[in-house]
Amino acid sequence: MSRIDLDLAHSYKPNPKEDADYALLPLKMSFEDGGAYALLGPSGCGKTTMLNIMSGLLVPSHGSVKFDGQDMTRATPQQRNIAQVFQFPVIYDTMTVAENLAFPLKNRKVPAHQIQARVGQIAEMLEMSHQLDMRAAGLSADQKQKISLGRGLVRPDVSAVLFDEPLTVIDPHLKWQLRRKLKQIHHELKLTLIYVTHDQVEALTFADQVVVMTRGKVVQMGTPEALFEQPAHTFVGHFIGSPGMNFLPANVTDGALNVGGLGLSADRELPAGDLKLGIRPEYLRLVPVGAIGALPATVRQVQDIGTYLLVTCDVAGQTLKARLAPDATPPAVGERVGLQVLGEHTCYYKNEELMA
Amino acid sequence: MSVTTKPVNQKAWFLILPVFICVAFSAILPLMTVVNYSVQDIISPERRVFVGTEWFAAVMRDQDLHAALWNQLKFSLAVLLLEIPLGIALALSMPAAGWKASATLVIVALSLLIPWNVVGTIWQIFGRADIGLMGATLQRLGIEYSYTGDALHAWLTVLLMDIWHWTPLVALLAYAGLRSIPDAYYQAARIDGASKFAVFRYIQLPKMRGVLMIAVLLRFMDSFMIYTEPFVLTGGGPGNATTFLSQYLTQKAVGQFDLGPAAAFSLIYFLIILLFCFVLYNWMQRLGQTEKEGGHE
Repeated sequence: MSRIDLDLAHSYKPNPKEDADYALLPLKMSFEDGGAYALLGPSGCGKTTMLNIMSGLLVPSHGSVKFDGQDMTRATPQQRNIAQVFQFPVIYDTMTVAENLAFPLKNRKVPAHQIQARVGQIAEMLEMSHQLDMRAAGLSADQKQKISLGRGLVRPDVSAVLFDEPLTVIDPHLKWQLRRKLKQIHHELKLTLIYVTHDQVEALTFADQVVVMTRGKVVQMGTPEALFEQPAHTFVGHFIGSPGMNFLPANVTDGALNVGGLGLSADRELPAGDLKLGIRPEYLRLVPVGAIGALPATVRQVQDIGTYLLVTCDVAGQTLKARLAPDATPPAVGERVGLQVLGEHTCYYKNEELMA
Repeated sequence: MSVTTKPVNQKAWFLILPVFICVAFSAILPLMTVVNYSVQDIISPERRVFVGTEWFAAVMRDQDLHAALWNQLKFSLAVLLLEIPLGIALALSMPAAGWKASATLVIVALSLLIPWNVVGTIWQIFGRADIGLMGATLQRLGIEYSYTGDALHAWLTVLLMDIWHWTPLVALLAYAGLRSIPDAYYQAARIDGASKFAVFRYIQLPKMRGVLMIAVLLRFMDSFMIYTEPFVLTGGGPGNATTFLSQYLTQKAVGQFDLGPAAAFSLIYFLIILLFCFVLYNWMQRLGQTEKEGGHE
């Protein structure tokens, strides 16, 4: 187990010139020993590249990877003692389930009785004990993926276990179960786990620290709560949450805040110039028209999502969404309402970055 | 619309009629001609006698046939034992991508483009003790090499020629099998700390099973029917050292014009090949039975 420090950039092209040539823009970050991390971002944002650089399958074109302060940039996966689980199940067709699970240990010359004990333990954890003697090739896709997960977890002394969207092929009900299992394993074994996903629910429920990435850039690393309450970048606000954060263009002149042609008083000091307001749908309150500090809006749509009501409103050419409790009385479509956009949960962005 | 309520339409028979006619002329009719010959003694175009299974019995007792069959079995076995591992080794050492891969593919495939009789001629010259590169070199090294005089030399030369001619086919098939293995398998093997041999044993070989099965069947059938190259190179000699089944058959049918025995033997020959292919195919299928059951890779 070790602490991983990254200070690098990576490009698949030989002579990168502009930002778009990089799969990973220059970044500097650390993964603490024993933490549960998630790399979250849309497809093609560089999260798998980052994972492969950490595991040693890929050498970064610039910079270094350190394990416990030791330079490991060019070390093989074996030297780094890393385990990795891939998106699609990789199993050894000719082996049984038990032989598959034992394979990483056998290659490292672990004594047979230790292998047997460890394989038994992992199989029990994954509820595969009754299948140990079956041929792995005959199993279903999610069973195969469980074997892949098992091979990732079977070595007790690894520096870290990396997961590359491992639950893609798994049925939804089993997904929950396996995710809980991984979390439990993390608590029991205190391994460093790094989990790549594009599913925010998966990331937020699995990890203590979530790294949000877009276009080869890390835009925020923080707890699930921090990502929700204080998105450091408009992308994070937009990407996290269902639906994502509302954004409203605003302007500060002579210390006064203007939103949609209306002067409002902010609860904090703001620098002059153009900026953006960010409000989570959860914190956007509907008030009667003309209430102090409220923007006039027209209700365009009311949807019953089941656990909440989603109200879509038009405000000065912008669309805002608000979440109401399922038992609230929703406004009628076309009705004029007031929207309270300022409050302690409101975030202010300049050039897409959080400033206050 | 359910599949079970399809209307019955007898006109469909007309659609398969062309295929039926083609197959009849290309396979069934010639085969029946052979069957016809195999049960008759044709003394002259006007005089023929029905002899039943007499030719079959005679052919089965023929010592020359036994020798040819034994020769053939040894040869086909040697071809499989040498060409399959060599082809795999060749495929493993070929570059995976880029212009080098394309160039290698062309070079490797070159020998497959040469006509059979030309291959025989090339090796006839190549092996000559006076002017042939191989023959003369071996003479210089003090080996009394002569494919026309020494039975073993002749047999080995025919084998070497077949390896040179057909190993590339095995290599190309194995190469195609190797290229279809997803990268994730190699990455997982690196993570699992697998040695090069383990990667070959547990990933590459099982994943190549399908194409290797085709390679074994093709090489077996082809080598079992080998004719042109040894005919050009050695003419079956010295003695009967390189007389394989098809050459024995030709000697009977064309050389001695024994149509009855030749026809009887053709049928036996055909059944032997069919039987071997059936056994080989089923054996290799059985080997990979469990892999078939798992749907997703």
